[in-house]
Formats: sequence, structure tokens, C-alpha cells
Amino acid sequence: MKSCLVVDDSSVVRKVARRILEDMDFIVDEAEDGQEAFEKCSAEMPDTILLDWNMPIMSGLEFLKHLRAYEGGDKPQVVFCTTENDVGHIAMALKAGANEYIMKPFDREILESKFMEIGFD
Amino acid sequence: MKPEEFKAICDFVQKSSGIVLSQSKEYLVDSRLKPIAESHGFSDIGALARGLPLAPEAVKAAVIDAMTTNETFFFRDKTPFTLFEEIILPELVKARRASGRLRIWCAAASTGQEPYSLAMLLLKHKALWNGIRVEIIGTDLSASAIARAKEGRYTQFEVQRGLPVELLVKHFTQEGTQWLISDEIKRMVKFSLLNLLQSYASIGTVDVVYCRNVLIYFDGETKKQVLTSLRKVMRPDGYLVLGAADTVMGSNGEFERANNKRGLYQPVEAGEMRQALSA
Ligand SMILES: C[S@@+](CC[C@H](N)C(=O)[O-])C[C@H]1O[C@@H](n2cnc3c(N)ncnc32)[C@H](O)[C@@H]1O
Repeated sequence: MKSCLVVDDSSVVRKVARRILEDMDFIVDEAEDGQEAFEKCSAEMPDTILLDWNMPIMSGLEFLKHLRAYEGGDKPQVVFCTTENDVGHIAMALKAGANEYIMKPFDREILESKFMEIGFD
Repeated sequence: MKPEEFKAICDFVQKSSGIVLSQSKEYLVDSRLKPIAESHGFSDIGALARGLPLAPEAVKAAVIDAMTTNETFFFRDKTPFTLFEEIILPELVKARRASGRLRIWCAAASTGQEPYSLAMLLLKHKALWNGIRVEIIGTDLSASAIARAKEGRYTQFEVQRGLPVELLVKHFTQEGTQWLISDEIKRMVKFSLLNLLQSYASIGTVDVVYCRNVLIYFDGETKKQVLTSLRKVMRPDGYLVLGAADTVMGSNGEFERANNKRGLYQPVEAGEMRQALSA
């Protein structure tokens, strides 16, 4: 089974994402901000990461840059999931090494289809 | 709605479009036709049902349009598009070097996602078909769907279903929460109205037909007729791509599975030609 780390400061989003991902047979772990996510990743790299942008302490983008520079940090497939819905942000995320991008509000169908696109169906 | 009114509508829709409406669709018919009855001055759906045979073409078209299911999305089911990249395009490009033309027809194009997905793949493999004029034709019975397809404007929800974000950034521009497909892609696809039950004369001869997720709405006889008509506009070595739930079962036997791939078909002549060449 594949693992997914859900990184979002909203417990509601984490809960919704967890339910959908668990239905897709992912083993789900959660983090509330970039720093907590980075700690979890340096202990054990997940296969995939669902990543919010705006979070306290460390933003999603900062986290992603740290992750990609870290040993083994090129492995997780990272899907941004954010209210930052403009091309500029999407381009920045891709440049920093994101694999996919979800514009909030999202639903089950979008989340499933994005995780299928990155090859974890 | 009285049973005979429902029946009158079903008969009309099936005769004009092939779409079979089962009893369970009564609620759908009711909710979709109510606004049409109102806006065209019928007192209720019953009056619309009775008036249909003599109604103006615009009313008839609106009724049929309302009963179509236009559900679609970019790169739907993936495989039909992998097959395009890996088999259909490379093979036909080789075979069409001499004629210099390759024509692709999406016969139930709905709001355009299917032909536009193919156009994006064509651009990705541009070097491959260098020197060949490639055309994509997208047709549908639904005027509202074709109008949307021509506009090429999609909601945030639509561009997140099946479309990799990389292709979104590459081929779309953002207008608020809407996304507009690029002129480069738009220019590759010609959209028009076409009823699969009527003449295909406007199509000419094509090399590839995508006819996905539309035969499922027809009865066996109609499906058979449509497959026969499709074969008539195709070159013998062309490809037919059907939807995941479609088959050629019950047809007149014009097509057979190609390359042992699900959903991929060729006229039987293609197999015979290959056999003759290798004999
Ligand atoms: C579910 S959509 C399929 C769209 C696309 N091919 C796909 O697979 O995603 C079915 C389409 O078939 C169209 N359709 C239904 N009856 C038709 C007919 N007789 N002639 C042409 N199109 C028809 C509908 O208007 C609708 O847009």
C-alpha cells in the first residue's frame, strides 16, 4: 500500500482528504504545517504528499523546496492543494518540484483523478 | 406527466436521436423539459408532448438537446489516448506519408474535451507528423455542447478532471475562475453539428474515428446502423476507438479488435491486408 502525508493547517481539510485517500487504499498520516511535515519526511519519506500552500510556521512552498533539496526528498509525488488559484502560483509550485496541483475547492472526483494522474491508481 | 405523454416524448427522442429513455428517466424528462415547455409557450409538458410532431424545428432541437448526456472530461479513461500516442498516430503517420493527410473524427465530441485532448497529444508529437496535414473534426447532436466546444472555455472543475496540470499551464489562459484553451489548439479542431442517425456526407473520408460513450444510449438496431455508417467514411486501414462500455457485438461485422487492445478496432479489411502482405 502507498502512503500519503496530508499537510494542511485546517483539520477539516485533513479529515476530508484522509477519508478519500483511505478509500483509495492509501495509508494516511497528517501534519499541520511545513515544519511538522518536514520532520515526518526526514524520519520516513511518504510515497505521496498532499500539500496546502498557506500555513503558519512554514508554508507549503518553503517545505517543498526544503524537501526537494533533502536526501531522498525527490521520491515523494507532491500534489499541491490550495486556494492559490492563479497561473503564477501554479508555475511557481511546478518549478519548485510539485507533480500536480489542485485548486480549492476540490471534491472527491478531483482528488482521485489527480492521484491517478501521478500514477498511484 | 401522463404515461402516454411520457411515451410520446420517448418515441420522439428515440426516433430523432437514437437515444433510448427508460421508464426510470421520467423524472429527468420532467425536470429537463419543463423549462423548455415554459419558454416556448406551452402550458405544460403534456402540451409540449402533444405538440411535438408539429412543433417548430427549434423546439424539437431544444427537446433533443435537453435529453442528451454531455458528460465528458479531458483524457477520459486514459487508454484511448495512450493508444493514440502509441499505436494509432505512429502507424497512420507512416501510412499517410504519401497522401500527406490524416483526418481524425470525434463523432460524439460533446463539449470538446475529447478532440482537444487529441490535439494536445498531436502537439506533443509534432515532429512525428511533420509534413502531414492533420485535421480533427468534432461533431455532436447537441447544439449547446458544440457551442461550448467551439468557445473552448472551461470551469476550474472541468480543467481539474483528467487534465495534467502541466498541460493546463501550457495550453490554457486563465480568465477569473474560467480557463480558455489556446488558439493554437483551437485551430486544430473544427466543430459542427451532426446527428449520427443522419448523413455523414459533410465528414468526407477519415482515418480515425473516436465514437465513445454514445452507442450505449442506442438500441441494438441503431447501434448496428451507426457502426455500418461509420465504416463507410473510414479508410480500410483506419482505426475506430470505442468507449469502455461499448462493443461491436451485434454489428454487421465490419470491425474487429485491433492489436488485441480493448476499445481499439479496425475494419476487417485491415487484418486481411496485413495477412496478404505477410503471406
Ligand atoms: C456522454 S457524451 C460522450 C462524450 C465523449 N465522446 C466522451 O466519451 O467523453 C455523449 C454525447 O453523445 C451525443 N449524442 C447522443 N446522440 C447522438 C446522435 N444521435 N448523434 C450525435 N451525437 C449524439 C450527446 O449529445 C453527448 O454529447
